[in-house]
Amino acid sequence: MATEQEVRHIAELADVGINTEELATFTHQFNAILDYFDILDRVSGDTAVTRDRYNVMREDEIEPSLPQEEVLRNAAAQEDGFIKAPRVM
Amino acid sequence: MAEEQVIVGLEVHCQLDTKSKLFCGCSTDYRNDAPNTHVCPVCLGLPGAMPVLNKRSIEYAMRVAKALNCSVLPESEFSRKNYFYPDLDKAYQITQYDKPLAEGGYLEIEGDEGGEKRIRITRIHVEEDPGRLVHMGTAERGKYSLVDYNRSGIPLIEIVSEPDMRSPKEARKFLNKLRATLEYLSVFDSEKEGSLRVDANISIKGSERVEVKNISSYKGVEKALLFEITRQKSLLRRGQKVDRETRHYLEARGVTQSSRSKEQEHDYRYFPEPDLRPLHVQSWVDGIVLPELPDARRERFIAQYACSLNHARTLTGELRLANFFEKVVAADPKGLIPLADTWIADTLIGELNYRNMSVDAVDAAGFSELLTLLKQCIITDKSGIEMLRINLDHLMKGEPIEKWDDLIEKHGFKKIIHTITLSSEYAIKNPVHDAIIEVINEHPTAVEDFRKGKKGAFNFLIGQLMKKTRGCADPAELNRLLTEELTKKEA
Amino acid sequence: MAGHEITFEPDDRYNAFLTTCRKAPHGQGKLAGIAVAVKDNISTKGIETTCASKILKGYIPPYDAHVVELLRQSGAAIVGKTNMDEFGMGTTTENSAFGPTLNPYDTGRVPGGSSGGSAAAIAGGMVRMALGTDTGGSIRCPAAFCGIVGLKPTYGRVSRFGLIAYANSLEQIGPMGKTVTDVSTLMGVIAGHDRRDSTSHTKPYTHTPRAGIKGLKIGIPQEYFGAGVDPQVAAVVNKAIGRLGELGATTVPCSIPSMEYALAAYYVTCTCEASSNLARFDGVRYGPAADTKKSWHEAFRDVRRAGFGTEVRRRIMLGTYALSSGYYGKYYAKAQIARENVKKDFARIFSEVDVIAGPTMPTIAFQLGEKSDPLSMYLSDILTVPVNLAGIPAISVPCGKAAGMPVGLQIMGRPWEDERVIDVAYTYEQAVT
Repeated sequence: MATEQEVRHIAELADVGINTEELATFTHQFNAILDYFDILDRVSGDTAVTRDRYNVMREDEIEPSLPQEEVLRNAAAQEDGFIKAPRVM
Repeated sequence: MAEEQVIVGLEVHCQLDTKSKLFCGCSTDYRNDAPNTHVCPVCLGLPGAMPVLNKRSIEYAMRVAKALNCSVLPESEFSRKNYFYPDLDKAYQITQYDKPLAEGGYLEIEGDEGGEKRIRITRIHVEEDPGRLVHMGTAERGKYSLVDYNRSGIPLIEIVSEPDMRSPKEARKFLNKLRATLEYLSVFDSEKEGSLRVDANISIKGSERVEVKNISSYKGVEKALLFEITRQKSLLRRGQKVDRETRHYLEARGVTQSSRSKEQEHDYRYFPEPDLRPLHVQSWVDGIVLPELPDARRERFIAQYACSLNHARTLTGELRLANFFEKVVAADPKGLIPLADTWIADTLIGELNYRNMSVDAVDAAGFSELLTLLKQCIITDKSGIEMLRINLDHLMKGEPIEKWDDLIEKHGFKKIIHTITLSSEYAIKNPVHDAIIEVINEHPTAVEDFRKGKKGAFNFLIGQLMKKTRGCADPAELNRLLTEELTKKEA
Repeated sequence: MAGHEITFEPDDRYNAFLTTCRKAPHGQGKLAGIAVAVKDNISTKGIETTCASKILKGYIPPYDAHVVELLRQSGAAIVGKTNMDEFGMGTTTENSAFGPTLNPYDTGRVPGGSSGGSAAAIAGGMVRMALGTDTGGSIRCPAAFCGIVGLKPTYGRVSRFGLIAYANSLEQIGPMGKTVTDVSTLMGVIAGHDRRDSTSHTKPYTHTPRAGIKGLKIGIPQEYFGAGVDPQVAAVVNKAIGRLGELGATTVPCSIPSMEYALAAYYVTCTCEASSNLARFDGVRYGPAADTKKSWHEAFRDVRRAGFGTEVRRRIMLGTYALSSGYYGKYYAKAQIARENVKKDFARIFSEVDVIAGPTMPTIAFQLGEKSDPLSMYLSDILTVPVNLAGIPAISVPCGKAAGMPVGLQIMGRPWEDERVIDVAYTYEQAVT
């Protein structure tokens, strides 16, 4: 089962953050759900999944792109046509 | 001490030369355009947008697979590689994980020990390029990043080699051969900036493997490997261990640097892309007709044009160059081939590299004319080089080129031919003879030295003579005539 | 566009709408001038689309979803965007970041979810038709709780291009309406191939509902009437099935053994896909601003912690866990095998019967705030999720009341037999109206 430590680590991996106040309750509920998922251990069958179709592709044709203003419209910050993002180390 | 064996493997990413992106219809011709102008909901990763696979990208990748002798898998599929980074707008890259397009092939290169060496290919797969980050700001005023998503979604082919290379030189050869092959297949353009990126895996036998990421130039690969091998060897020599890690190559400084440890904790949580359907394209392989590839073209150049092995290698090592050569000699194969061979493989390449120019800038017909002038001994080699340089400089600056005949007139490049059997009228007007007499009169000491048998005196006199005749005279002729004149006097 | 518009100023006491278009333009066509509401996880160009989440507050899509384009082409007037559980994650619409929607039958109760807003808008008389989405029952559940009709089409029948993804392999956009005819009409507009959706099939819908089920064989799975189902609800549904028998159908008892792990398979699959689908929300290209003065990792985390509700964060983490190194085989891979088993069970049953019937939900609509434990909330999806796992069509049609609240009859059909499912529901509806 997942420890509070592991739950914190998962929150890190998923970049969703978890407050210290919620950690205990979260971990408890998390584990109850994971417990429930254990029922899948009993599932047996062929690993090959049937797909309805194959080779779904399009021709190499150019289609209009969005105008730059549309691309930038929802961005909180932009500079000279670029979208501004927090720095990468 | 036994020479420690170097083990190198490469992961090469090349942009496929399709018209539209891998999963959407945005044009791939983004390089000269403003940021974020080749973007749509799909490649911007807007919520609700869905990928649709570009058929040509698979066709191109299969050509590569066939040319590299790989086996195309009966079923291949796309997977999501999940990680966070500002240039990755969906926070996952659509790539291929456990079911790539093809596996198990090889590429033959010239081994370090001579002879052909096979570098095995582990796998080939197709994936999308992320966007491009520009780092801005200063430590004082605050650093931040700017993102341009024009590159996001460009189709990439990833070719992974087995660790079969044993030196930076072999790695460079592998890369050159791979690049040439991809160009011959018309699926890749190496002249597009950033179209090729390499990750290298290096280890010294018995020690840990180090991954060096994001090398983006051909020269960079050899330099990065040399640095890294030296670094590892010196660690081992000092009795230290080589850590298994990921490093980044810093082009400007020519060094590799350890990446932050955050990178190593990546758990990509791969799973099959639910918005795409698997590929059953193994049957397409039979229908693929490969064009003449570098090795075959090299052999043909040797057979058809009597090129030397080295020249043939050089000429066929780049598609543009090989095509240029054949265009140039087409006008007069018998007459021009011997000249074209040397003048393109040795001279032209040197001049182009020096100016960072592509052979595409040179007009094949114009170059043929130059070679014809040389063949007909109307100009000397030296004049030929000067005329070539003048026009290449024009091209580099975007100026119009000058006609060869005009250049000859303007600079007096016409080769002066002297024969003793000509009529006295011509003999009087013979500038070469006059030049020889002048030189002998101007440099009595050197002539004296020559008579005394001093080495170098003759070369000095020839040098003065070349200056006077401004390279317009045939050097062999000058040699002969000067010798005649000097020995005549003696007598 | 012909330049017509309708005025839409509803009394939205149920909080069904997140955005209303007070002057809604419309054109000519099959739905000319008809007010249609669109669930807020479907992209509408120029109209705010939030998925009922703070992390998309202010997001204005620069493009229409395929179904929205089809609606506009049919002349419909898009009058607003409806409330939902945040990103489709929930069974009650209580997980909306902008307040729950109330059930028009009893405003102390939930309307069901996640398409609760669309259901309440119809049940509350504000519109006759609305689009919803169904990942694990999100159209059928609110249809049942609010006493309206809702269809989850066969997977691949309606384009998902423009649907803000929660679980790609499970969800479909579907029609909701006052009557089966409304639902069928709307289905005719939205169904069909879209080359922008690689999972969409060429199967247009041109059907007009037809009554008549003589000789129809209906499978009655024992698992749909087992311990977890409220006896009052079971009784109402049984009576409805009895009515179908009177109309000429024969019932055949059957069993779906794979139901034992269907819910686990569903929640593993949807949380895994969601954890990946929702990773793009980082405040850089849309949504509340990321603080560019922080480092990216910190900035992303802060935006997401503030922007996502608790249930969303929980499901993202569950999915992240299930896909993480070492766990793929135990969870996701097993869930896909479980899915194959569910498909096989249905295929086996459909070789003996034409449709399967049972309750849509195991209970009537809960009280607001009644279900606070996530697992017990998940368990209420038990009767709806097998349909999504198998990709088959299913409809919920009102079939009476229990304790004063609507009960839904669920009809499930073979893949691509959405028309037959509609006909059975229509036959029942005509008989009892």
